[in-house]
Amino acid sequence: MATSTFDLYNLMERNNVLLAFKGTVTSELLESVFQIMESKMDDLNDSPATKKKVFNVLVECLQNLYHHIDDFDNENVVVNSAGDKKSAIFSIIRNEDAYNIVTGNFIYPKNVEDVTSKIDYINSLNRDELKAYYKEVLNNGELSEKGGGGLGLIDIAKKSRNKLQYSFREIDEDYSFFTLTVKILK
Amino acid sequence: MEDLKQEGSAKTPVVEFSTSGELLLKGRSIPENSIEFYKPLIEWIESYSQSPNSATVLNVQLEYFNTSSSKCILDVFKKLESVSGSEVSVKWYYEEDDEDMLEAGEDYEAIIDLPFEMIEVEEI
Repeated sequence: MATSTFDLYNLMERNNVLLAFKGTVTSELLESVFQIMESKMDDLNDSPATKKKVFNVLVECLQNLYHHIDDFDNENVVVNSAGDKKSAIFSIIRNEDAYNIVTGNFIYPKNVEDVTSKIDYINSLNRDELKAYYKEVLNNGELSEKGGGGLGLIDIAKKSRNKLQYSFREIDEDYSFFTLTVKILK
Repeated sequence: MEDLKQEGSAKTPVVEFSTSGELLLKGRSIPENSIEFYKPLIEWIESYSQSPNSATVLNVQLEYFNTSSSKCILDVFKKLESVSGSEVSVKWYYEEDDEDMLEAGEDYEAIIDLPFEMIEVEEI
């Protein structure tokens, strides 16, 4: 155990991880994470514009996780070889030229196609088209009961000024694992 | 009717809605679910519109807001749009290096039929 913790430390150190978390994402957790990230970034010499952008994108990415973890029916969530399906992982990486915000969570295989086509569509838009699409969804969409408005990914793409990178990994016939990486140039 | 005042928190902005027609939203608006937070604000504007001041100004001084709030803020604007018998306008503040916040204000200006003034400040 001691060795693997040290390996994990080295891995995180090599990858310039500012903050990483694995577990259940609650509202209280996010409040703490936002506070920690703000004070960490206060001590770094990035421009105020970069800090603001990273914070904005971070809020959207993590609240996206928060909203989607509830999608699982309780009776289907069992701890098996792949672990607790309501649990998620995220990390914030700071390299010389960019920040990367990485999130990972379980999703039902039936939703993979929807998420794929949504992200592919967002990635196909240029900046002006993305701005127009944001305005359209803002003006026409309805907020879900949980408060999500389908604007999260659009906003993340718009503010990060980068294409969204993603992948799916099939765990078994009931679950897939979704990874999203958002890059924000400094 | 009474003024509406709420202190800010780590995820919600300061609210000062005065019957004199000066309305203020200041700070950050990043709750996971904004509907609950914005409901009393929209209800207040609804009551205010029964006998509004001759001029109404909404000052939006937000440092951050999430997409959940963006819809609710749009609802606040839509409610203000429907206030008759008052000259309603919006002052949208943004920090000088924050082009995303300026852009967000311009998005609302394009959707909402109210005069917007974009005001650049050093710090909100």
